[in-house]
Amino acid sequence: MQTKKNSLWGQVFARLKKNRMAMIGLCILFGLLATALLADIIAPFPFDEQDLFATLEGPSKLHWFGTDEFGRDILSRIIHGSRISLQVGFVAVGFSVMVGGFIGAVAGYYGGRTDNILMRLMDILLSIPQLLLAISVAASLGPGLLNLMLAVGIAAIPQYARLVRASVLSIRDQEFVEAAVSVGSSDLRIIFRHILPNCMAPIIVQATLGVAFAILTAAGLSFIGLGLEPPTPEWGAMLSGGREFIRDYPYMTIFPGMAIMITILGLNFLGDGLRDALDPKLRN
Amino acid sequence: MLGYILRRCAMLIPVILGVVFIVFALMYVTPGDPARMVLGEQAPQVDVDNLRAEMGLNDPFLLQFGRYVYKAVVHADIGRSYITKRPVWNELMTAFPVTLKLSALAMGIALLVGIPCGIVTAVRQYSIFDNIVTLFALIGISMPVFWLGLLLILLFTVKLGWLPPSGFDSVQAMIMPAVTLGLQSVAIITRMTRSSMLEVVRQDYIRTARSKGQKESVVIWKHALPNALVPVVTIAGIQFGILLGGAVLTEIIFSIPGLGRLMVSSIEMRDYPMVQGGVLFIALAFCLVNLGVDLLYAWLDPRIKSQYS
Repeated sequence: MQTKKNSLWGQVFARLKKNRMAMIGLCILFGLLATALLADIIAPFPFDEQDLFATLEGPSKLHWFGTDEFGRDILSRIIHGSRISLQVGFVAVGFSVMVGGFIGAVAGYYGGRTDNILMRLMDILLSIPQLLLAISVAASLGPGLLNLMLAVGIAAIPQYARLVRASVLSIRDQEFVEAAVSVGSSDLRIIFRHILPNCMAPIIVQATLGVAFAILTAAGLSFIGLGLEPPTPEWGAMLSGGREFIRDYPYMTIFPGMAIMITILGLNFLGDGLRDALDPKLRN
Repeated sequence: MLGYILRRCAMLIPVILGVVFIVFALMYVTPGDPARMVLGEQAPQVDVDNLRAEMGLNDPFLLQFGRYVYKAVVHADIGRSYITKRPVWNELMTAFPVTLKLSALAMGIALLVGIPCGIVTAVRQYSIFDNIVTLFALIGISMPVFWLGLLLILLFTVKLGWLPPSGFDSVQAMIMPAVTLGLQSVAIITRMTRSSMLEVVRQDYIRTARSKGQKESVVIWKHALPNALVPVVTIAGIQFGILLGGAVLTEIIFSIPGLGRLMVSSIEMRDYPMVQGGVLFIALAFCLVNLGVDLLYAWLDPRIKSQYS
């Protein structure tokens, strides 16, 4: 009987625990999740509360990260902004993994003409640089959180389609799939129940790094005015807002940028650690 | 090999047609009326309707798309800007050299810094230098381009007064944008060179070279590096394509009149022909760079070359 410790994921986690960088990444991610969940409790002020007598104040005991041009507390806005960034990151990647994964799985499993048509469609999307595709989709959908997630998610679909297709191709001819076919399992059952669970390792690594990229892309879109509109406390939009005050009030740009960087750094640490932990070459 | 090149070029045709279709569809569903944008908010509705008819915006989607493709293929005409009234091609040709120069400079920095750093970190694996460079590479990958640009402006323009905050017309003005755009590629190329070198130096032929008494520098520079650079060339090529399409944020921060900035302002102004032409142009450049990378890869690696000859 396999004990938890000896299972694949048990081994992976044991290896991950030995990787200091990955553990730092995991702590950052948990910290961010806690911040996002408890934002209403831990933020010292509501994110949209204006104090016109305290505009553009530098960091102080009352406002640790200072206030913006409307007298809003920057720390509170960054804390609430973590909700937006994590939502965008996880939902956008979840969307692209589901859609891209489905396309890749169908293409890889059926092969032939289906594969050819689906992958040529993906090639078309891949030939537009991801940021430019996200910008074009965001512009056509208009501003808003859901549209931002969709824009970022759509732009990443082809990556996951290719990744899943490659994984499916590598295991579709294995004996356990043949066994499932021979007992009369439906194609959908074979894909979702037998093939996809065995392709999870590369998808998880790519998705972890993908969340980081999605958060960066979303912040970039908001920075150029194609993401969320004020007063939503989005980190990229906050950076963009602080840009015109950079000469006299640089803290307005420094703190939101730091929040983005720490988040991305944590996700990259974790993604790299997961890749090392899942790399077959490093296994016993 | 020639057959492979021709086949790859032929495959570009449906891809580019697909790109045009996608961008056309995206612009078609984009809210906002280009005729209204051209004439202004105060213009009478009759004038707006007339202009819409004149621009062919009332025609069905497929007719508009077919007309665009026909003009582009038969007359090499990808339209005129709604705003400047100049041919889209001319506008693109004004902006593209700027983006190309910016991307080339960024790539130059990435190669000049990334490859040596990657080599040294691989040769001295787990040393303090390796740890520091690895950490910096991770920070480089994690740093938002637009934030880095603003921090550089804060330091070198606001605090030190050494460099201009915008423009791209002098060597001084090019430094900050090129570093901003190139930092992520520096990090990626450093990591790639390091892992590629580490893989190569463990191979048997390197052990043979060492056992023959070759000097370590000869082993690294003559035997290991040429093979380790093959995947680095691929990554560098792919990065160059990404830089061409991803220069938009850097161009906006430093007010550089490149392709990315032109695209964003065209999207804001609902200048459909400019957006369609621009995305088409960037996609074509991106595909050609990727094709070039594949060919270079085949040329560098005889095992791949033999598959096509």
